Amino acid sequence: MSKLNRNSNGYIFGYAILLTLVCGTLLAFVSEGLKEKQKAAILVEKQKFILRAGLGATSLNGLTDPMITELYNQVVKVETINSKGESVEADEAKLSIFKEYKKPAAERTLPVYVVGKKDNPSEVESFVLPTYGNGLWDNIWAYVAIDGDAETIEGIVFDHKGETPGLGARITDAEIQERFVGKKLAYEASSINAPDFQKGEGNNFDNEPQKVDGMSGATITGTGVNAMLDAYMTLYQPYLVTKKK
Amino acid sequence: MSTEVIDKVEVKKETEALFSKKRKSLVSNPMDSDNPITIQVLGICSALAVTIALQGTLIMAFAVMFVVMMANVVISALRNTIPNRIRIIVQLVVVATLVATVDQTLRAFAYEQSKALSVFVGLIITNCIVMGRLEAFAMGNKPWDSLLDGFGNSLGYAWIIIAIAFVRELLGAGKLLGFQVLDKAWYTANGFFATPAAACIILGVIIWILRARSGYVED
Repeated sequence: MSKLNRNSNGYIFGYAILLTLVCGTLLAFVSEGLKEKQKAAILVEKQKFILRAGLGATSLNGLTDPMITELYNQVVKVETINSKGESVEADEAKLSIFKEYKKPAAERTLPVYVVGKKDNPSEVESFVLPTYGNGLWDNIWAYVAIDGDAETIEGIVFDHKGETPGLGARITDAEIQERFVGKKLAYEASSINAPDFQKGEGNNFDNEPQKVDGMSGATITGTGVNAMLDAYMTLYQPYLVTKKK
Repeated sequence: MSTEVIDKVEVKKETEALFSKKRKSLVSNPMDSDNPITIQVLGICSALAVTIALQGTLIMAFAVMFVVMMANVVISALRNTIPNRIRIIVQLVVVATLVATVDQTLRAFAYEQSKALSVFVGLIITNCIVMGRLEAFAMGNKPWDSLLDGFGNSLGYAWIIIAIAFVRELLGAGKLLGFQVLDKAWYTANGFFATPAAACIILGVIIWILRARSGYVED
């Protein structure tokens, strides 16, 4: 066999093209093969967030993913509303809170997850309302569970894209999220004032239903959370008013 | 005139044992005296970024292990065909393909962890340990030796980041693998250890101890 000149331009181009084709094909197969599984993982995560907010932080301990999906299908009913609180037709599965967030507030379609009691799904345990906003570095979002009385926060689950680990990223800690439990929404004529993170940390706000102990070193993330909750609770106000007892 | 006939003696090349002494040292050296992190000071970026909790660190360690070993084997197998002028690009393409595969797999099967590791799985591509081993070893050695070398070096990387994560999770959150081990009643989690600065200091201490023990001095 004649020796190939491995330094010729032809060989180099051929080698590069072949390698790209092989690797590209491989990756296409990997991506296609795992697509469904990835979509399912994202869906289960959303179900986890909604159930953890609606039924309590420890309600999913020991449950596997299929069990979580089963529980979700049993207790959660989805409604879609507009910013006037009127029910609208929309496919919740295709509804992206992020895309809706980009629209003007009045044009958004909002999903409401009505979570029923574990032992009696027809009785309302809480309304879980998704919210979206800006933190310090990137977007933050939350699922806020409001009690059946439409006034008390029963649970909240935060997530974020790029908050600072150890500081703003603490909003994903159960300990921080617990600080919202039992706090109240304050209804005003056409808005809702949600409880706010206060400056400083380690203060006791047990008797002040509108104040939440803050996160030291994460003031801007906290301000972002406050703005997000106020804005979205106001959007949900027309809906929540109808549920108020 | 006499003709001397020299018998051609075929020297049979001895095949090396599968785990010869030399090959064992391929695995054991990177653990200590030739550790990629403490001696070569490579892969520091991810050692600081992914060590906040043990679980994520373990996944990262396995990911790096898979990528380094596979890349070493593939490049070693191709080493005689790779055109010298584009060898770095060829190495990168192979590494990138492996890393993308790992990233996609994690997203499908360990979604929460892959979110926690965020960009750092993708950044394995630029981890100097991977490229370093390909250039320094796989381009000039056989696949089996390269596999052992990749195993040794990634293990050397793994044990260091696991050690850092152990200290950080224990002191930073009072937990290990997510379980509370230091009672909240008497231990207040030290937030400093949750920051990358703490990882830098712990890493410095590990490097110090290892170098003091081996007497290694940088040239």
